[in-house]
Parts: sequence; C-alpha cells; structure tokens
Amino acid sequence: MSKAILYDSTLCIGCKACEGACAERWGLPYDDKIAAEETISAHKLTAIETHGDKFCRRLCMNCLQPACVSVCPVGALQKTTLGPVTYDADKCMGCRYCMQACPFQVPAYEWNAQLPRMRKCNECFERQSAGKLTACAEICPTGATKNGDRDALILEAQKRLADNPNQYYQKIYGLKEVGGTSVLYLSAVPFAQIGLRTGVPQEPLPDTTWRVLELLPDVVSTGAVLLGGIYWITNRRDEVAKAEGRRK
Amino acid sequence: MTRKLPKITVWRAIFAAILLTGMYATYLRVRYGLGGATNLSDKFPWGIWIGFDVMCGVALAAGGFTLVAMVHIFNIKTYRPVLRPAILTAFLGYSLVVVGLLYDLGRPDRLWHPLVMWNPHSVMFEVAWCVTLYSTVLFLEFLPAVFEKFGLHTPLAWIHKISVPLMILGVLLSTLHQSSIGSLFLIVPEKEYPLWYSPLLPVMFFISSVAAGLAMTIFESWHSSRAFGRALELPLLASMGRVLAVVMSVYLWVRFLDLAHRGVFGLLLRNRIETWLFALEIGLMLVPTVLLYQRKVRMRPGALYACAVMVLFGLIANRLNVGTTGLEAGSGTHYIPRWSEVAITLSIVGAGFAIFRAVAHYFPVFEAHSEEQAPQEMGETEADAVAIG
Repeated sequence: MSKAILYDSTLCIGCKACEGACAERWGLPYDDKIAAEETISAHKLTAIETHGDKFCRRLCMNCLQPACVSVCPVGALQKTTLGPVTYDADKCMGCRYCMQACPFQVPAYEWNAQLPRMRKCNECFERQSAGKLTACAEICPTGATKNGDRDALILEAQKRLADNPNQYYQKIYGLKEVGGTSVLYLSAVPFAQIGLRTGVPQEPLPDTTWRVLELLPDVVSTGAVLLGGIYWITNRRDEVAKAEGRRK
Repeated sequence: MTRKLPKITVWRAIFAAILLTGMYATYLRVRYGLGGATNLSDKFPWGIWIGFDVMCGVALAAGGFTLVAMVHIFNIKTYRPVLRPAILTAFLGYSLVVVGLLYDLGRPDRLWHPLVMWNPHSVMFEVAWCVTLYSTVLFLEFLPAVFEKFGLHTPLAWIHKISVPLMILGVLLSTLHQSSIGSLFLIVPEKEYPLWYSPLLPVMFFISSVAAGLAMTIFESWHSSRAFGRALELPLLASMGRVLAVVMSVYLWVRFLDLAHRGVFGLLLRNRIETWLFALEIGLMLVPTVLLYQRKVRMRPGALYACAVMVLFGLIANRLNVGTTGLEAGSGTHYIPRWSEVAITLSIVGAGFAIFRAVAHYFPVFEAHSEEQAPQEMGETEADAVAIG
C-alpha cells in the first residue's frame, strides 16, 4: 500500500499554489522571482512548467525502484515502505552520483554552499507518515494534484481515461517508466509535448548495475583460485628447473 | 659559498605558473564552493574532476597491478626492472585520485563515510572500498624500497613473507575497481551516447586499464631515463610494446564486436560532435596498435614512446568521452570546464610528476633491481623471487 501522487495536467490551471505550499513546508523562500522559475532546483523542489497552453508539474518521481537509492555509496537515500524516497543529509558526502543516475534529472545541489546538500522532494514523508496529505495535494484548488494509495490512484486515472477518451492521451506516465514511479501523470497530449522524458527505459535502472555487482563474489573467488594457480604453476617451473640444474 | 638557486628552465616556469593558478583555483573552490570553481550544474553534475582526475587517474595507475601480475604471478622476470617504478606510479596515481576527489566531493570531510555507511548495491561503494584497500596494498608493495633505503632488514623479511597473498589481493582489487569505473555508467542507459553505452563497459574498462598500465610503464621509463641519465631498457620496453599491441588489439576488437552487436554503426554517419570525438578516440588507439606490430617501430625509442603516448591519449579520450562528453546530449546541456577546473587538474598532474621525480631520486626505485637480480640467478634464494619490487 505505497503512497503516490496523481498529477492531471488537464485539470491544472498553473496557479502555482503547490509551489508556495512546498516552499513553506521546506522553509524555503518563495517570491515572484522564484515563482517565475520553471525548473526545479535546490531552492525550488517542485515547479510548474508552461508548454503552450498546457502545464506540467515537476517534482521527484519517488520511483518504486529508485536509481538514486541504489547508487548512493553511503545509503543516504532510502526508499521507504510508505512510498517516499527520503534523504539523510548527515550521511551525504556530496559525490552527486544520485544526480548523474536519476533518469528524470531531479536531484539538485546547493552548488554555492560551503556545506552543500542535495535537495529533492520527498513526497512529504513526515506529513504522510502522520496520515496527512502532501502539502501540494492539500492546497491544490482544482484537484490536479491528488495524493493517496498508488493502486487506488491508478484505478482513478484509468477511470478518467475511460470516461473521457477525447480529453486524454490514453496513457498513464509513471505506470511502467523505470519500473514504475510514485508520481503518475495524465495529459491531453503525448507526454513528450509537456516536457516529460519519454525515452527512459521500462526496466528498473538498479538492475543495470546489479547484474554486474552480483557477480562480484564469483569474480573474486574464481580470480583468487586462478591467480593462485598460475602463481603456483609458474613458480613451480622455477623450482623444477633449479632442482634439475643441481642434479646435473 | 653561496647556495646555487635552482636554474630557471621553461618547464620549471610552466610548472610554477600551473601551481600558482591551481592555488588560486583552490582558494575559489574552498571559499565559494563547487559553484564558484566549476561549470557543473544540476543537469551536469560530473565534470573533468571525475572524468579526468578520477577516471583517467585510476586507469593510468594500472601499471602497478599489471606489472605485479606479469612479474610475480606469471613469473615473467624480464619485466622486473620496471616493476618498482610502476608500483610507485600506481601509488602516486591513487593518492592523486584521492586529492582529486577531495576537490570534487561536496563534503570532502566525509570522504570516509562509505567505509562506515554501507550500500552494497552501489558501484561507487564498491569502488570506494577497492580503492581504499588497493592503496593500502600499493603502500605495502612500495615499502620494501623504503626499508632497503634505511637498511631495515627485519621488516623487509616480514613483508616478503606476506607478499604472495598481498599481490594476488592487489590484482583482484584492481580487476574489480578498474572494471567498476566503467560499471558506474551502466545506470545511465538513456543519457550515455550509444557509441559509448554498452553492457560491456566493465569489461572494456578492465582491458583498457591493462593497456594503460603498459603504456604508462613505457612512458615513465622513457622519461626517467632522460631525467636520471640512465640507459633505456630498450629490449624490455620493446617486448612490452608487443604485449601492448596485443592487448590493444583485443580491446579494439571487443569495441568493434560490441558496436556491431548493438547495431549502432549507423550513428557514425551522423555529423555530430560525438562522431568526431569517437573517431578521435579510436584513431588515437588504432594507429599506435598497428604501428607497434612493426619491429622497427618497437626498437626505436622515440617511435615506441610516441606509440605509448598515443595509446595514453586515446584512453584518456575514452574516459573523458564516457565520463563527460558522451553524457552531454542525453543530459540536454553543454559542459565546458571552467579555467579553475582545468588549473586544478593540471596542478594535480604537475604535482604527480614532481613527486615521482623526488621519490625516484631519494629511494631505490630504478637501481634496486640490479642488486636483486644477482642472487636470483644463483638460484638459492627463493624468497627473493617472490619478493615485491
């Protein structure tokens, strides 16, 4: 029963109330200048993008099998059973592998800070743990952002697609992308037209590296036997040569 | 008597200029953070400090494990004279990789975190552990030179006793992390340009690291023979050139097969920056490989050196392509390193040359082997045959 967010681009009016609520929840500054920025960054963890007359909201996808969690060398990122992907800044050493690995380019860095942190949306983990809605879903005046159980939201999305076939592009973004995400998108137009990355693989990304990493014990044990054996053979030759040399 | 000041030569002047700009760039990095010293961004989080300082640094330090494997495990004694310089290069190389990391990490004070906070699913976690352990192994492998210098026979004998498992451990650790530097990029299938993204990245990185180790050995032997006025071990280096040609042939064949099986040759017809960088990289590797098959090239010191340098530049181009330029299009952004990034990288390289020179001057790095060779030929002291260095 993991939690998720359903964002319906057709219902979004671009009022940016979610941005303000998000900034407030993180204690980040929010003014007209920041509101005008259309990209997520270390000081803006969700952003409304304008694509012609369409809107698209960007935030951390909180993937079901997150690349960032798998690559973090210190385990600062964790996938919670509740759904959100959380970040422990006290562990982070700033290698920024999460940023490199994220297929949605979500994690942002405090580039100019003396003691920088990575910043990203964590789907209001604290609020959801306490049974509350995410700040963005709570404030959304049109219901474009809905928060709830992922399975229930998928059913809801499918119902919307079936009920209004002309109004929607007949797919749910986030259902299969990189093995599924905790943020689901509905749109009137193909997702690429509202700036979503449609080239991402369907396969969970952690599999790509795990396929190699899981061979590690095999490589080490085989390698140790092989190298030890080669050493034994090549140096045995020396011993034999010496022994024979002595006999002559 | 007045003390003579060091002579001002062009190279020394350049070295001083690089170090001075590097120091100013360091100030910017410390004072204004990564944003004040680099052109990195949220969309492009890794630049040349990873692409060159770490990825190339680790590859160019591969001579240590390559030579240890050849001399001690495969028992090819001919290469013994160049073993110790290779171990020194490797140890310095890894030390400088750590210096590069201290610049690149957002929180360099937490460099040790992966040793305490584990995530076995992370390639970077594995690399961190391997590099830490392998640096320790290299340190132990170089210690005999220090013990010899100060005539400490007891610790020398002690370290000889553990040398075999130590060497095998060193080769294993190197195999793991040399390949894992390539595995780091398996997680970005949609960002890495298809000419470079391959499920075989770890295999390619491993094979090419062996080539880098051999080429570096030829490179540093040539330079040290000039710097220290020693005779060049030409027959030895020529035979190493032959091995290099074979390793590079295997590498290039694997690259070719990989491109063929993934069916991406069509990309080479596109007039894109990636195509040209790919051509440059392959050209820099293919030309010396072909040349090294010719005896007259291998036996001419200048030509052999030029081939080794070309291989090194080809491998550097490969690491930079995989680590930076190959990711630009997929990340939807452009990255040109800021001057301060380049200044710090050059300073690290310059410091590497200077420290190598100083260590090789004070410790028995090059001359030790003639002494050790003698008892071995007498065939009595087996311990020496397995001794490190």
